[in-house]
Amino acid sequence: MRNITAAASAAATTPSPEAAVEVRGICKMYADMEALRSIDLDFPAGKLTTLLGPSGCGKTTLLKIIAGLIPATSGEVRVNGVPVTGPGPERAFVFQDFALMPWATVMRNVAFGLELKGVGKDERQAIAHKYIAEVGLSGFENKYPHELSGGMRQRVGLARAFAVNADVLLLDEPFSAVDEQNRRKFQEDLLRLVELEKKTFIFVTHSIEEAVYCSDRIVILSRRPGRVAQIIEPEIDRTASPDAIRRDQGYLDTVEEIWQGLKRYVD
Amino acid sequence: MTIFGYRVPMMASLLAWCLVWEIVGQLELSFLVPPLSHVVAAAFTLVQTGTWQAAALTTLNSFLIGMAFAIVVGVLLGVLMGRFPVADNLFGIWVNIFVSAPLSALVPVLMILFGMGETTVVVTVFLFAVWIIVLDTRAGIQAVPRSLEEMGRSYGAGGLRLYSKIILLAALPEILAGIRLGMVRGVKGVVIGQLLVSIIGYGELFELYSRNFDMENFWALTIILFAAAMGLSAIIENIEKRVEYYAGVR
Amino acid sequence: MSAPAHANGSPRAIPGAGASSFWGKLLEHRTALWRAASIGLFFLVWEIAGRIPISFAFPTFLETARAFLTMLFDGSFVAAYAETLQPLVIGIAISAVLGVGLGVLMGLSRFAEWLVAPVFIVLQAAPMAALIPLITFVYGIGLVSKTLAVIMLALPVIALNGYKAVRHVNPSLVDMCRSFQGTWWQRILKIILPDASPIIFAGLRLGLAAGFIGVILAELLITPTGIGDLITYHRSVADYPEMYAAVVSIILVSTLTLSALEAFEVRVLRPEKKKG
Repeated sequence: MRNITAAASAAATTPSPEAAVEVRGICKMYADMEALRSIDLDFPAGKLTTLLGPSGCGKTTLLKIIAGLIPATSGEVRVNGVPVTGPGPERAFVFQDFALMPWATVMRNVAFGLELKGVGKDERQAIAHKYIAEVGLSGFENKYPHELSGGMRQRVGLARAFAVNADVLLLDEPFSAVDEQNRRKFQEDLLRLVELEKKTFIFVTHSIEEAVYCSDRIVILSRRPGRVAQIIEPEIDRTASPDAIRRDQGYLDTVEEIWQGLKRYVD
Repeated sequence: MTIFGYRVPMMASLLAWCLVWEIVGQLELSFLVPPLSHVVAAAFTLVQTGTWQAAALTTLNSFLIGMAFAIVVGVLLGVLMGRFPVADNLFGIWVNIFVSAPLSALVPVLMILFGMGETTVVVTVFLFAVWIIVLDTRAGIQAVPRSLEEMGRSYGAGGLRLYSKIILLAALPEILAGIRLGMVRGVKGVVIGQLLVSIIGYGELFELYSRNFDMENFWALTIILFAAAMGLSAIIENIEKRVEYYAGVR
Repeated sequence: MSAPAHANGSPRAIPGAGASSFWGKLLEHRTALWRAASIGLFFLVWEIAGRIPISFAFPTFLETARAFLTMLFDGSFVAAYAETLQPLVIGIAISAVLGVGLGVLMGLSRFAEWLVAPVFIVLQAAPMAALIPLITFVYGIGLVSKTLAVIMLALPVIALNGYKAVRHVNPSLVDMCRSFQGTWWQRILKIILPDASPIIFAGLRLGLAAGFIGVILAELLITPTGIGDLITYHRSVADYPEMYAAVVSIILVSTLTLSALEAFEVRVLRPEKKKG
């Protein structure tokens, strides 16, 4: 494990070339409530970075600002060096409540991003088909969301985000509505997909174990107003089997350290 | 809506519409639409007349009796259907049919069965209001969580106390919503009943004024009626809001 | 990812699904049986009440049923409904277009909401039937009056439901559409309208129910035509079984129409609500 909190502020002034997403001085006010206070962060390309923090720390707000879904009060987000003014094709969002259209089949849901872009039916279905297979839902193409379990629904959400071939995937607590066993399996699959897809992942969660297990880098936000409290890079051997990782001393120490840091925010 | 940063309450647009009414009335585009100010003036004179007071009393009387029956029967039947599948199976289909059936077609039947008088109007109010109360009460009873009932039993509540202290109270938000919707329907029922019987209460006055093209009094009668209907529904809504908080945590 | 097969235990799910459809079938039969029993019991009570008789104007069920069948086959129902359904269909069509349009507009625009919604809230809570005598004196006793009666009763509920439907669209789906750079039109056509369609449709059903009340009221109050005439005429000549049969027929027609509409809604618009 490496604590790079001090190094992070240095990185903020000199952008590292491999940063896919740069966040500079983001503040967010909701009426009188200060949600985020001057956030400076770099999200390295091809890595999975987690935003972790107590509930109400503004981590989802930050993710939605990066997505361009809500405007920041001040500050700037750059993706591949281009300032964000709204949603863009280089980013794709995975929603906490899946945001699947209940009236559409798995196929149409996965292809929806392409449908909106005006991609022809055959082409988008071929692409959707590939990603449905990749997330392990082959054979479920013509099912409707209500016929799937929570875990399977989120796989559809993930496939939809992959299908538009964005560079950056933004995942907003994707597993919080998935039951514990499915979540573990899903986490393992996600790691495989991070490896396979070579994309930049930004992942919001409130589960410490999940963050440590999945992430290359963990950004811990403090309680409202949200600020960067700590940045940790868990140095865990990902070539080991999932079960070995979960028993790894480094993994357990990192979980413990983060918990000690977060404990004071819990009421 | 906000104008210049100041939030304009939603119902304020009604004032704008009133203004439109007044202007249209002043322009004398149609004898049907007298200026609102005249209508309001007519309303003030109208409420002081003995005919109006008698009509209003008759109407109110039929409405209240009909509603009282509808609430008692509606809640009882709703509780029965919510608690006992047999009752649910037996009555469910009829309640669902009558809740959306054109009950105005039944009024002529009521007229020959109960005579051309207040009884017919009372029964009309009852028939218009009762079904939605049954359905909402049933929904409320079925939404009472099992654990709450089991809690009651485990602390020794049984029989009547279980119903009065737990089940009915827990279902109160839905029951009140049903009563409010029932009231709205009941008001429509009392008007439809009286219009069809046409020799009593408000219905008689409506007939009288529209036949004589006395538009000021006709509209005065209408806005009093509409205001009463809205006021009634607002009162119940207010009570509903007070119990709303526990529908969420139940 | 081979997860679903493992994680959700599809080998276990298959017998589960089989069993549930078996129980479903049994349950379906049970509800059908209960319905039949419930209807039968109602008719029995009616028959007994008619035989006592509780009133000189209360025919037995069998007399009414006989009258019903006679009127069904001698064409008097056909002629009456041809007359009655005309203003109903026109009125509902106009209310549907106008109401859904206005409702969606109110849902999308804060200004339209501020301006129009309160009017419909008042109209829905108020007894609009009171205005029926008025329209008679303006538009006479023809089709226009009856159509207007239908619109007056049906429009507010349709418009308010459209408004509520659009306001309650899942915000997360709207965000999803935005995050994939959907245009304004795509957002409305592909997300908002489909997601709002169940409540819009419920509004249409409520509007139709109100429209039935309106058309019957118009026929009873304004002009004795159609089914209203059947009721009034048979009452005036004291043919009570025929009169009751006419009343039953209108309740039957409205109930069947509403259930058909509901079935259509589930089948066409909401695949996820279809059973099995």
